[in-house]
Amino acid sequence: MANTIHVDIVSAEEQIFSGEAYMVYAPAVMGEVGIAPRHTPLISPLKPGEIRLDMGDGKEEFFFISGGILEVQPHLVTVLSDTAIRAHDLDEAAALEAQKRAEEALVDQQSDLDVAKAKAELAAAAAQIAAIKKLRKK
Amino acid sequence: MAGGKEIKTKIASVKNTQKITAAMEMVAASKMRRAQDQMFATRPYAQRIASVVRNVAIANAEYKHPFLVEREVKRVGIVAISTDRGLCGGLNTNMFRKTLDLVGDLVDKGVEIEVVTFGTKALGFFKRIGARVVAETSHIGDSPEMAQIIGPMRVLLGAYEKGEVDAIYLISNEFVNTMTQAPTITQLVPIEPSQDEQLKHHWDYIYEPDSKEVLDSVLDRYIESLVYQGVVENVACEMAARMLAMKNATDNAGEMIDELQLIYNRERQASITQEISEIVGGAAAV
Repeated sequence: MANTIHVDIVSAEEQIFSGEAYMVYAPAVMGEVGIAPRHTPLISPLKPGEIRLDMGDGKEEFFFISGGILEVQPHLVTVLSDTAIRAHDLDEAAALEAQKRAEEALVDQQSDLDVAKAKAELAAAAAQIAAIKKLRKK
Repeated sequence: MAGGKEIKTKIASVKNTQKITAAMEMVAASKMRRAQDQMFATRPYAQRIASVVRNVAIANAEYKHPFLVEREVKRVGIVAISTDRGLCGGLNTNMFRKTLDLVGDLVDKGVEIEVVTFGTKALGFFKRIGARVVAETSHIGDSPEMAQIIGPMRVLLGAYEKGEVDAIYLISNEFVNTMTQAPTITQLVPIEPSQDEQLKHHWDYIYEPDSKEVLDSVLDRYIESLVYQGVVENVACEMAARMLAMKNATDNAGEMIDELQLIYNRERQASITQEISEIVGGAAAV
C-alpha cells in the first residue's frame, strides 16, 4: 500500500470516512487541489463543495462538505468538515442573537456581583441536603 | 378508624409519584445511552483537530495568532455549561460551587468577569449572583448541534481578539462514569502549549492562502469543538445524574409506601380491637 494515502473525514458531530485512497481531490479556498501520496505538508480552509476520493480500479467516493479545513501530511489527509454553513457575517449574526438573548434575560437583574452571598446560599442548600440525608438514614 | 382513609389517599398519591419517577428513570437511562454514543462520535474530530493545532502551535509560522500568546489577565471570560432542566441531583449545584471558587479567586485579584452560558440553570445562577452575562443559549435539547455553539462563542472570542478579555475558561461536567460526574475547569485561551518538546519538528505547512487566515479558522474551530464536546458531555452527565436521582426517588417512594402501609395496618388493627372491646364492654354491661 505504498502508493496510497490515509484519509480521515470527520465532522464535529461524527466520523464520516476513514480509509485509504490513491488520490484526494478537495475544494480548497484557492481552487480545487489534488493530493497524491507523499504530498508536502499543507493546510488550507475548504469551500463548500465535494471531496472526491480515488479508490483505485476506477472506483470513486464522493462526500459533500459545507466547508472546513484540509490538513495534509505525507501519509495522512485530514478533512475537518463543518456541520454548519459558516461565513463571517453569519457567525456575527449568530453572535448578536446570542448577545440579545442574554440582554433580554437579564433585564430585571439589579444586584452587582456578590460572590459572598451566593456562596452562603449554596452552603445553606448543601447543609439542607446533608440534613435530609442524615434524616433518611435514621 | 378516622385516619384510615387519609392514609389510603396518601399511599395512592405516593404511588403515583413513584410511577412518574420510575418512568423518568427509564427515559433518562435510554437518553443517556444515546448521549454517550454522541459523545464518542465527537471524539475523532476533537482528536484530529487537537493534533492539527498541536502541529500548528509548534510550527514556525511567521504569524503568531493571539490565541497562542499569553498576556496579563485583567478581564476573564467564562463559558459555563449547565442543564436546562432540574431534577438531576447535585449536578448543577456541584458545578456552581466550583464556579464560585474560581469567580471568588478572580474577584479577589481584582479581575472582572464576563460570562457566556449554555443552559437555563447557568443563566439563572449567574444572573442571581449578579455577573455580567454577555451571551447565552438555552434549550439546546438532547442532541446539540455545532451551529448552536458558534454564535455565543463568537461573542467571547471576538472580545478576546479585541483585547477586552485576556483569558477564557470553560466550566463543564466531565462524564467519568454513570455514577460519577466531575465538574472541571479548563483554560480555553490562551492555548497552553503542549509539553512534548521532542515533537519539535523543523518542517512547516504550506499555508493556503496564508498562515493568518488558516490559523484563524483552525483555532476558532478548535475552541468551538472543545465547547461543543463539553455541551455533548454535559447532556450525558445530565441524563446519568437524573437517572440516579430518579432511581433514589423511586426507592424512597417505595420505602415511604411500606411505612404508610404499616401505619395503615396498625390503625386498622387498633380500630378493630377497639370495636371488639366496645362490643364486649357493651355486652358485659347488659
